[in-house]
Amino acid sequence: MSNHTKQSPAPAGPDRITALDTRLISTDKTLASVPKGRTGAARVFLGRDAIMIYALIVFVLYASIAIPRFATPVTVGFLLLDVIPVLLIAMPMTLVIITGEIDLSVASVAGLTSALMGVLWAAGIPIEVVLVVCVLAGVLAGAFNGFLIAVVGLPSLAVTIGTLALYRGLALVVIGDNAIANFPPELTAFFTSKLGGTGIPTMMIPVAVVALFFGVLLHLTPFGRGLYALGFSTEAATFVGIRVARAKFWLYVGTGTVSALAGIFWTLRYSSARSDNATGLELTVIAAVLLGGVSIFGGKGSIPGVIAGVLLIGTINFSLRLERISDVVLIIVTGTLLIASVVTPNVYAAIKAWRQSRRLHNTLPQVPASGATNATASGVPERK
Amino acid sequence: MTIAPTVPHGKSERTDGARSGRLGALLRLRELPVTLALIALVVITTIANPLFLSPQGVKDLLLNATIVMILAVGQALVIITRNVDLSVGSILGLVAFGTGTLFANVPGIPIVVVFVAGMLLGAILGAINGILVTVAKVPALVITLGTLYIYRGINNSWAGGTQYFAGDRPEAFGSLSVDTVFGFPLITLIAVVVIAIVAIYLNGVRAGRDLYAIGSDPDAALLFGIPVSRRVLLAFLFNGVLAGLAGVLYASRFNSVGATTGTGLELAVVAAAVVGGVAISGGSGSVVGAAIGALLLTTITSALTAVRVDKFWQQAIVGMLILSAVIIDRIASVRTARKLRISEARDV
Repeated sequence: MSNHTKQSPAPAGPDRITALDTRLISTDKTLASVPKGRTGAARVFLGRDAIMIYALIVFVLYASIAIPRFATPVTVGFLLLDVIPVLLIAMPMTLVIITGEIDLSVASVAGLTSALMGVLWAAGIPIEVVLVVCVLAGVLAGAFNGFLIAVVGLPSLAVTIGTLALYRGLALVVIGDNAIANFPPELTAFFTSKLGGTGIPTMMIPVAVVALFFGVLLHLTPFGRGLYALGFSTEAATFVGIRVARAKFWLYVGTGTVSALAGIFWTLRYSSARSDNATGLELTVIAAVLLGGVSIFGGKGSIPGVIAGVLLIGTINFSLRLERISDVVLIIVTGTLLIASVVTPNVYAAIKAWRQSRRLHNTLPQVPASGATNATASGVPERK
Repeated sequence: MTIAPTVPHGKSERTDGARSGRLGALLRLRELPVTLALIALVVITTIANPLFLSPQGVKDLLLNATIVMILAVGQALVIITRNVDLSVGSILGLVAFGTGTLFANVPGIPIVVVFVAGMLLGAILGAINGILVTVAKVPALVITLGTLYIYRGINNSWAGGTQYFAGDRPEAFGSLSVDTVFGFPLITLIAVVVIAIVAIYLNGVRAGRDLYAIGSDPDAALLFGIPVSRRVLLAFLFNGVLAGLAGVLYASRFNSVGATTGTGLELAVVAAAVVGGVAISGGSGSVVGAAIGALLLTTITSALTAVRVDKFWQQAIVGMLILSAVIIDRIASVRTARKLRISEARDV
């Protein structure tokens, strides 16, 4: 390490004070220029979630009018069956990302569950037992992640890249190159069945229950509200009495369990248990969650927004497919949506901050250069 | 490098420097665990199956590792600045397909031109990542996840069902990954030269050292006067160039290039860097370590085949290796923190 290079441009005494002054000024400016938050109805109807939901509604309306075969029960059925795995895993993933962590191993847990299911079923074990064992495997896989991240304190990105490889590897160990397809026909039929003539898959009921569970957990319980605090600042969360390690541990148990459910769904929907089931799904899930308005830094996001995000990606992809645009090209849409959804608010915020600072600059034109700290510090609050 | 004696706040280093000799410095090397693991793996495998280290065996080993090594070196540059680039697999795919297209459509194009064109395309794609990350101030994980999809989609729509095979390319280009010098394949030698250049840049050039400062504490780096955005952009651009180079070499090494070339490579590359001692939280690690990490991960595959372990275990073992690397890193940082606390307490 070359310490001398770091030392050379160190500011001399007076310079440093000026630097400090300008920093104080800018702090005051930002304090004064913090826009007032929206309250009441405006907050609900103009928020990030609401915008996602409007976008979804507008797009569904557009697609129903413009695309001939879109508004049919068949389309609705296949569209929803396609998004169910992403929708399921996105629920606990939202909570994990809100705390500022991430879980990349979800698709591998789904794959492991699928492999386990195939092997156990092929060994002649009753399907009820198989399903219970699979869910337990998901719980264990999640608990292992949670232990390493919450208890040992390792970075979640690195740990879950490791378990992404580990769980997918275990899936290979369990089932190898084989594929098992002879699941009970009544069960696979049930998993693809629709509710009456609406085209909505029966499976949407349990999925809605899962979504409701995580929605209530996040938005209406002290535990869930604490997760936002945790995402903003782990230290502050500790000081207000949130048990950080315990909360994180259970969140990873949550992602593991729900990923196992998604793996079971995947296996029975395609009635095929393979080691490579759901490969790469983790990135789709994370893309959908971020598009749904969850901040990757943590502390921001909501379940309704994420549901809208997942459905929006699913709908756009499906309608483009109906327009005969090749599947493989569609991922451009996912990528662009993802980048646009995170870049746009930043650009908007930057423009707003720039205009704010200009307005502030114009209202305080004759502040002298020296002693500026006092002038702004006392002047700005009065103006308000 | 030595610490200048006039450093005013460098007291804590004094106690360190007094106690640790060369052995201590060696033991603290971040590349040490991965190097030991690699040596142990090679030794055990060779005892079990002497054919493992035959000239052909070594050649295969190096050929398989080369491309991931180059990618891991580029990734290390980005990770050191506390960012990550998930789009490298897609960049590699685009460049590899571009290479195939160039050779097929421009007869007699010089190989050097193709290399330059590939690296240029990689540089552009890497720069797009870098600009989005630094200008829009969005985390690299999100941006490069997005460009992973976009670049792959562009590759898909460009290639469609088209594939270019080795027959479309000049023989001299393919022989880059067949011919050897002293038992080393030519493309591996190219990779070694590249790794050496990047290592020197990162250790000896100011801009390279800045990357570590940025990764350790971006805010402090900014206050210190380091042009953080420009350096981060540069790291992404370099990573793109290296991914481009890897893409051209991929076209030389493998028979076919098409729409799905390089899919899913990104996590293997990040894993190689992490196993090689590059901390995912930025600020520490070296490109040599990342390259050794890549070599270790690819060697495991061959070693398992050589000792006739079920090939299905391979990925699980890779997963366990990544986890051990993360745990080792954690232990090391806890120990460093404790040592610093003790030495600082003594100085007060």
